[in-house]
Amino acid sequence: MSELTITALRFGFLLLLWVLIFSIVSAMRRDLMIGRKAATGVPTARQVRKNPELAEAAPAPVKQQARQLVVTEGPLKGRTIPLAASPILLGRAQEATLVLEDDYASGRHARLFPQGSRWFIEDLGSTNGTYLADQQLTRALPVDLGVPVRIGKTVIELRP
Amino acid sequence: MTHADTMPKPRRNVELLLLVLALAVSIGANALISIDDQNAFDTDFWFQSSLLAVAALAFHVVLRIRAKYADPVILPLVVALNGLGLAMIHRLDAPGEDTGNNQMRWTLIAMAVAIAVIWLLKDHRILRRFTYISLAVSALLLILPLVPGISAGEILGARVWIRLGPMTFQPGEVAKITLAIFFAGYLSSNRDLIMLAGRKIGPLQFPRFKDMGPMITAWLVSIGVLIFQRDLGSSVLFFGLFIVMIYVATSRISWVVIGLSLILGGGFIASQVFSHVALRIDSWLNAFTEEVFGRSPGGSGQIVEGLFGMASGGLVGTGLGQGRPNLVPFANSDMIIASFGEELGLIGLFAIVMMYLLLFTRGFRAALGTRDAFGKLLACGLSFAVALQCFVVIGGVTRLIPLTGLTTPFLAAGGSSLLANWIIVGLLLMISHTARGPVDTTPMQPGRTPEAQKTPGKPAAAPGNRPGKNATQTLPDAPTEAVKQL
Repeated sequence: MSELTITALRFGFLLLLWVLIFSIVSAMRRDLMIGRKAATGVPTARQVRKNPELAEAAPAPVKQQARQLVVTEGPLKGRTIPLAASPILLGRAQEATLVLEDDYASGRHARLFPQGSRWFIEDLGSTNGTYLADQQLTRALPVDLGVPVRIGKTVIELRP
Repeated sequence: MTHADTMPKPRRNVELLLLVLALAVSIGANALISIDDQNAFDTDFWFQSSLLAVAALAFHVVLRIRAKYADPVILPLVVALNGLGLAMIHRLDAPGEDTGNNQMRWTLIAMAVAIAVIWLLKDHRILRRFTYISLAVSALLLILPLVPGISAGEILGARVWIRLGPMTFQPGEVAKITLAIFFAGYLSSNRDLIMLAGRKIGPLQFPRFKDMGPMITAWLVSIGVLIFQRDLGSSVLFFGLFIVMIYVATSRISWVVIGLSLILGGGFIASQVFSHVALRIDSWLNAFTEEVFGRSPGGSGQIVEGLFGMASGGLVGTGLGQGRPNLVPFANSDMIIASFGEELGLIGLFAIVMMYLLLFTRGFRAALGTRDAFGKLLACGLSFAVALQCFVVIGGVTRLIPLTGLTTPFLAAGGSSLLANWIIVGLLLMISHTARGPVDTTPMQPGRTPEAQKTPGKPAAAPGNRPGKNATQTLPDAPTEAVKQL
């Protein structure tokens, strides 16, 4: 094979390598705005037409900030804990922020943490599970004001 | 445009397009290495190329079925890297050597295992159940090469291989995955304790020993075994993984300070106590001294010859198959980056580094997007392990840091490393599938299940049909509880 062809192929291969990289980067371009992914963007009329379930999920009214945690049921009924910026650990363990005296609760049962302007609850692999509005948690979910969170026999709520 | 993310798109067609391009790179590299020979485009070439293409497309089809929303650029990146590695190893084979075909076999095995991981595991959160089992498995894997009978003995100054029939295997490569699983599982359930409890000394907050116990033991086990195995690279890798995961989990800069001071102190002590570490550092600092260059064990000949090779490659390289990278010892494993630097030049080497960088960012993208703490930590840890490995190897070859025996992910010859890295890719793809897939971000309302919000046809569970006492009983339409711990 001639010298010229080989040189052309050599440079052609380097070009091909960079073509691959630039195609990958341009394929990723769309992802650059995923930072706003969790935001509840308003779907366009066309998207709603294609996916009717988006319509009801659309507008989130401005919420009041949660300021305290109130125990509404269980042995600790009436206890309140002010919510600051730090996460709250719920469970029977002595280290927990809210120490539950409840045989149905695990040592480190669940974790309540602030993110943005909302509080989220996450189950820490408890034996009996954590229920947000009667639904067992499988991942961290936002807790809205007045929605009951059940841990064993204890029910807590966030209040403004 | 601002609502582009309201509906997640699978983007599998983009992946297919990029995959074709990646296969063009792999097969093109394979064609170029033998274009000068008489036996260019022989049956071997076509057989290998079609094997790689079929395996990559099979992987793509599996992703279409099982992980529809997985990141579309991870697979093409990895196939391109693996294909480049295969071509270079094949090219470096002396007549009669079989490393290229062996690497091809391991590539197929590794891809099959990664496919099996995606197919059988379905959800990465299941791995959280195996937090402590993975710790035990890691310890076992790290101790195996020291057990007489299974151990393959000391090869090239390190006892890290075991013998499996006719093959040798490096269990430490798999241990980095199981250790990442353990760290992710442990830290995701205990990070608040590690963060909040503890004593403050100066600006740094130290956790209580009780909370740190399992972590310290994990660290001691890995470091201790690695000192006995005399494998410096893996010990840096495990320690870096440990520090990064704890930093990501707690976002305390004090951990990085403690980690870096420990690693510097440990490195200093190791260089005083162990002769092989001292030799490594000497051949890094004084690489161009004549007696260091020619020293028989632990000389700098390998590094310097690699540097000369890259220098002769220059900006655009000598062209694949045109240079003489085989003059460098271990040109197809430890020094494969130098071989690429010689034949593809600075432009080609930067393309390879760029591919690693993109792969790393996609791993972190998956970590940012996924919603469970365990998945976040696991994706961070795994992609960081790949990145650190690249840094240690490429930094060592270019004489930025002392050369240590780690493999270049996906490029270097070596079955265990290939297998472990493909499993990492499988896990990252699975995590990115949950990160990019559809999920309801609406606030939960009483009596409406997440399923009901996603699929409107399904009847919603009536509110209050659930007595609170029998907490162990599950609702028929409750989501499968995958994250429950042991």
